[in-house]
Amino acid sequence: MDSMVWHSLFGRFVWIDLPVVKAWQDPTISNIIAGAAAMIAVFGALAGLGLITWLRKWRYLWSEWFTSLDHKRIGIMYVCLAVVMIVRGVIEGVLMRVQQDLAVNAPGILAPDHFAQFFSTHGTIMIFFVVMPLISGLVNFAMPLQIGARDVAFPFLNSIGLWLSVGGAVLVMVSLVIGEFSTGGWSGYPPYTELAFNGGVGPDYWIWAVTMSSLSAMLTGLNFAVTIYKLRAPGMSWMRLPLFSWTALCTAILMIFAMPPLTVATLLLAADRYLGMHFFTNDLGGNMMNYVNLFWLFGHPEVYILILPAFGVYSEVVSAYSSKELYGYVSLVIATMAIAVLSFTVWLHHFFTMGQSANVNAFFGILTMLIGIPTGVKLYNWTWTMFRGRVRYTAPMLFTLAFLITFVIGGLSGIILATPPLDYMMHNTLFLVAHFHNMLIPGTLFGMIAGCQYWFPKAFGFRLEEKWGKRAVFFWVVGFYMAFMPLYVLGADGATRRTVEFSNPAFQPWLLVAMCGGFLILAGLASLFVQVWVSVKKRDRLAVPVGDPWDARGLEWSISAPPPEYNFVSIPQVGHRDAFYWRKRNHGAYKPADHYRDIEMPKNTGWGVIFGLGMAVCFFGLVWHIWWMAILFGLLSIAAGLVRSFQRDLHKIIPAAEIEAADRHWLAIAAAATPVSRHLEETPSNEGRAIWPE
Amino acid sequence: MVLRGARQARPGLARIVLTLCLLPLSGCGALSGGFLGGAAGRIANLEHHEFLIVSAILVLVWLPVFILVPLIAWHYRISNERAAYRPQWGFSWILEGLIWIPPTLVVVALSVLLVRYTTRLDPYKPVASTVPALQVQVVALDWKWLFLYPAQHIATVNQLVVPAGTPVEFQLTSGTVMQSLLMPRLAGQIFAMAGMRTKLNFEIDKPGSYFGENTQYNGDGFHADKFTIQAMTMPDFTRWVAQAQTSGTSMDAAAYQNLSRQSLVDHPLVFGQLAPDLFKDILAQKIQPGYLAQHHEAGAHG
Repeated sequence: MDSMVWHSLFGRFVWIDLPVVKAWQDPTISNIIAGAAAMIAVFGALAGLGLITWLRKWRYLWSEWFTSLDHKRIGIMYVCLAVVMIVRGVIEGVLMRVQQDLAVNAPGILAPDHFAQFFSTHGTIMIFFVVMPLISGLVNFAMPLQIGARDVAFPFLNSIGLWLSVGGAVLVMVSLVIGEFSTGGWSGYPPYTELAFNGGVGPDYWIWAVTMSSLSAMLTGLNFAVTIYKLRAPGMSWMRLPLFSWTALCTAILMIFAMPPLTVATLLLAADRYLGMHFFTNDLGGNMMNYVNLFWLFGHPEVYILILPAFGVYSEVVSAYSSKELYGYVSLVIATMAIAVLSFTVWLHHFFTMGQSANVNAFFGILTMLIGIPTGVKLYNWTWTMFRGRVRYTAPMLFTLAFLITFVIGGLSGIILATPPLDYMMHNTLFLVAHFHNMLIPGTLFGMIAGCQYWFPKAFGFRLEEKWGKRAVFFWVVGFYMAFMPLYVLGADGATRRTVEFSNPAFQPWLLVAMCGGFLILAGLASLFVQVWVSVKKRDRLAVPVGDPWDARGLEWSISAPPPEYNFVSIPQVGHRDAFYWRKRNHGAYKPADHYRDIEMPKNTGWGVIFGLGMAVCFFGLVWHIWWMAILFGLLSIAAGLVRSFQRDLHKIIPAAEIEAADRHWLAIAAAATPVSRHLEETPSNEGRAIWPE
Repeated sequence: MVLRGARQARPGLARIVLTLCLLPLSGCGALSGGFLGGAAGRIANLEHHEFLIVSAILVLVWLPVFILVPLIAWHYRISNERAAYRPQWGFSWILEGLIWIPPTLVVVALSVLLVRYTTRLDPYKPVASTVPALQVQVVALDWKWLFLYPAQHIATVNQLVVPAGTPVEFQLTSGTVMQSLLMPRLAGQIFAMAGMRTKLNFEIDKPGSYFGENTQYNGDGFHADKFTIQAMTMPDFTRWVAQAQTSGTSMDAAAYQNLSRQSLVDHPLVFGQLAPDLFKDILAQKIQPGYLAQHHEAGAHG
C-alpha cells in the first residue's frame, strides 16, 4: 500500500508494533512473554465475548447492566472492572519479583525495556484501574443505602464516570496487544516521557488512560459530594452519618480538588508531545519541576483518596463483627477530616531531594508527621471498639485485624521517610517501594476486599463462603510480609527501585523470599476467586434474603438482599446514629409502610457507554496519530452528551401496587425466617435476621 | 559465609527452605552496603544516628498497638462467655486523652529532632573542616556519571576519586533526563536536572572503595548506571591526580557530545585535560547533547 495512504489510514502503526509479530521475528524470552501476554489478552477477550454470545446474554447485559443508572449496579460494574484489572496487576507484580530474583548478575527473563513497561503498567493499573474503581464501586454501592437515598444525585454522570474508567482500562489493555506502554513509571516524570527521549506510543497510552481515569474520578467525586450534601434521609444530621459515608465524603472532596491537577499535568505533557510546546522539556524554558509539583499536588491527596474509604470500611466492619457501637465516633470524624485537610499540605515530601532549602524540607516533614496523629487515633478507635464486644473472626474481620497490626509498620516507615535526612538515603529505593505497598496492600486493598465481602450478601442475597475467605486472608497476609519486608532491608542497603538487574549477590536471598511472597499473594487472589465460585455454587445454603446477616447497624441492612431498584419503599426517618440498630431494638424493623406510593426512578440509557467508549477510541486514534479516528470518535462522544441533554423523557414510574407486592413478599420472608444469634452467623441457619445479643 | 551456602544450594524447595532459615542470620551482612550497616562518613554517620533515635521512638509507638490489638481481639472473642459485653459503650474522656495526647507528644518530639537534623544535614551546607573542600562538578548522563575536577583540570567517568578526611562539594546538573545521585554508605540523594544546578556536600572518613548510583529510572541502562568511589590518603590522591593529568585524552565540548549519547561504559574513563567552563556550558545547554544527534541518526535510518 502507498505509504501516504497507509499513514492516513493507520497513522504510525506498522506490523512490527504487534508484540506477536515482534516475538516471531526476534524470539527472545522477553519478546515471547510479551507476545504470549498479547495472545492471552486477545483470546481472553474473545472467549468472554463468545461466552456471552453463546449464552445469548448480550441483550440482558446491555439493557440490565451496561445502560443501567442504578447506583448499585454501577457500583458492582466498577468492582468487576477492578477484578479484571487486578489479575493483570498482580501477575505483573509476581513476574517482576521473578525477574529480580533471577537477575542477580544475570539477565533474567525480561529485557530492560519490557521490565520498565511492567512496573509502569503495574503501578498505573493498580492505582487507577484497580483501587480507584474499587473505591468508586464500594461507595457507589453502599453510600446511598447508608444515607437513605434512592440513588446518587446525578445518575447519568455516574454512568459517564464508569464508562470513562472502563475506556481508560481498555486503553491500557489494548497497549498490551498493539504497540507498547510507557516505560516512565506510574508517575510519568518528564523530561523522560517527552518526545526527545521517548518518541514511541508508550507515554501517549499512559497519558490518555490516566486522563480518562482522572476525569472519571473528578466527576464521581462531585457526584458523591452532592449526594451526601443533599440526599441524606430526614433526620440524618452530620453526626449521625455512618463512618463509611463520612470517609466517602472526605474522599469525594479530595477527588474534586486533587484530580484536576493531574488532568492538567497530563494534558500539558500531551501539549508538549503533540503540539510542540515546552512546558516540561529540558530546553526552551521548559521546567520539569512544574510537572513534579502538579503531579504530587494530585498524588498525595490521592493516597488519602485511596485510604480513607478503606478506613470507612474498617469502621463498619469492626463495629459489626464486634456487635458494638463504634468507639469514639466524634474522634473518628475529626480525625478523618483532619487527614483530608492535611493531605493537601504535604506533597513536597515526594521530592525532598529536589534541592530546596532545609527549612522548606523541615516544614513539609513536620506537616507529614502530623498526619500520623489522626491516623494513630483511628487505629486506637478501632482497637477500643472491640473492647467489651463480641468479636467474630470472619474473613473481613481477620483482614481488619491484619490491617491494624501491619499498617502500623507502614506508618512507622512513613515517619522515617518523612524525616528529610533519612529520606535522602531511602528515596527511590526499595525501602520506598516497601513503604507504599505496606500502606496500599494492608491499608487500602485489605479494606476494599473486606468491604466487598462485608456488603456482598447485601448486593447478591447470599453470604460468601467463609473457609476460602479465611484461606485468602492467610495467603494475603503471609504473602504480604514475605514479599515486602525484605524490600525494606534491600532498600536500606541501597537497592534502587525499578531495577531490572542487581549486581550485589547479598541481595539474592532477600529477593528469593520476596518472590515467594509474590506467589503467595497470587494464591491469595486465586483464593478470593475460589471463594466467589464456591459461594455461587452453594448460594441456596448461604442465602440471606432478609438482608441483615451480620446484625449490623446502618440503614443499608434494613432492606432486602438484594435491595430493590428504588432501595427504600419509603424514605426512612432517622432518629439516631446507627439507625437500624435502634429500630431493631425498639421493634420497629420489618414493618410494612403506612402508605405505598409510586416511585420515580431514572430510565436506563446507553449514551454513557457511547460517551466513554467513544472517548477511548478517540484517544486510541490520538496515540497512533490516526487523526480521522480521533476526530470522528471525539465528535461522536460530544454528540452523545448533546443528544442526551436534549432528551426529556428521562424517568419512569414504578407503580405503588408493584412496590407493595414486592415489599409484602419480603416481609413475609422476614417473618418466616428464624432469627439467629451471632454464634450461628456462619451456619446455613443464618437467613439474614438477627436475634438481639444479650 | 551464610550467603555462599544459600547460593550453592540446589534451586527448588530445598533452596527456599534453607534460605528462609538462614535469612535472619544474613540480615546484618546484607545491610553493610547502606548507611545503616556501613556508614563511612560524617554525613552518613549522623543519618545513621538519627535513624536509631527515630526508630527507638517509633518502637514505643508500635508496641501498644502490637500488644493491644491481639489481646483485645482475643479476649473479647464471642466464644469467651466470661468476657464483659457493653454494646452501647463508645466513649471515655480518659481514653480520648490517652489516644490523642501521647501521639501528639511523640510528633512534637520527632519534629524537634527533625528540624535539628534537617538543618544540620542540609546537602547544600558545607561540611565543617579545617581543610578546604574539594570541588567536583557532576554531570548525570545516560547511563553514566561524568565527574569534572575544575581545580585539577581532569575529568573521570563512572569513577570518583577523592581524598579521605577532606570535605567534598558536588555541583550537579544533568545532560539528559532527571537523575538522582545516591552514595548509600556516604551521603544521600540529590536530583540532577538539566539546566539547573544542585549541590551535595559530604566527607569520607577512611580510605576505601564505595559505590554510588542513580536511583531515578532513566531508560534501558538504568540498572548499570553506577559508579565507584575511591577514597585515598591525600598523598595518594595527589599522586593519582598527577598521573591522571598525564593521560592524553581531553574532556571538551566534542568529547562531551560523544559521551552524552545514550550508552553504557564498560570501564571507568579518565581525561587528562578539562576544557574551562565546560560545566557552565553544559548547565547553560550551550552544547547540543549527543542523544539528540542519536535521535536524528535513528530517524534518518528508519
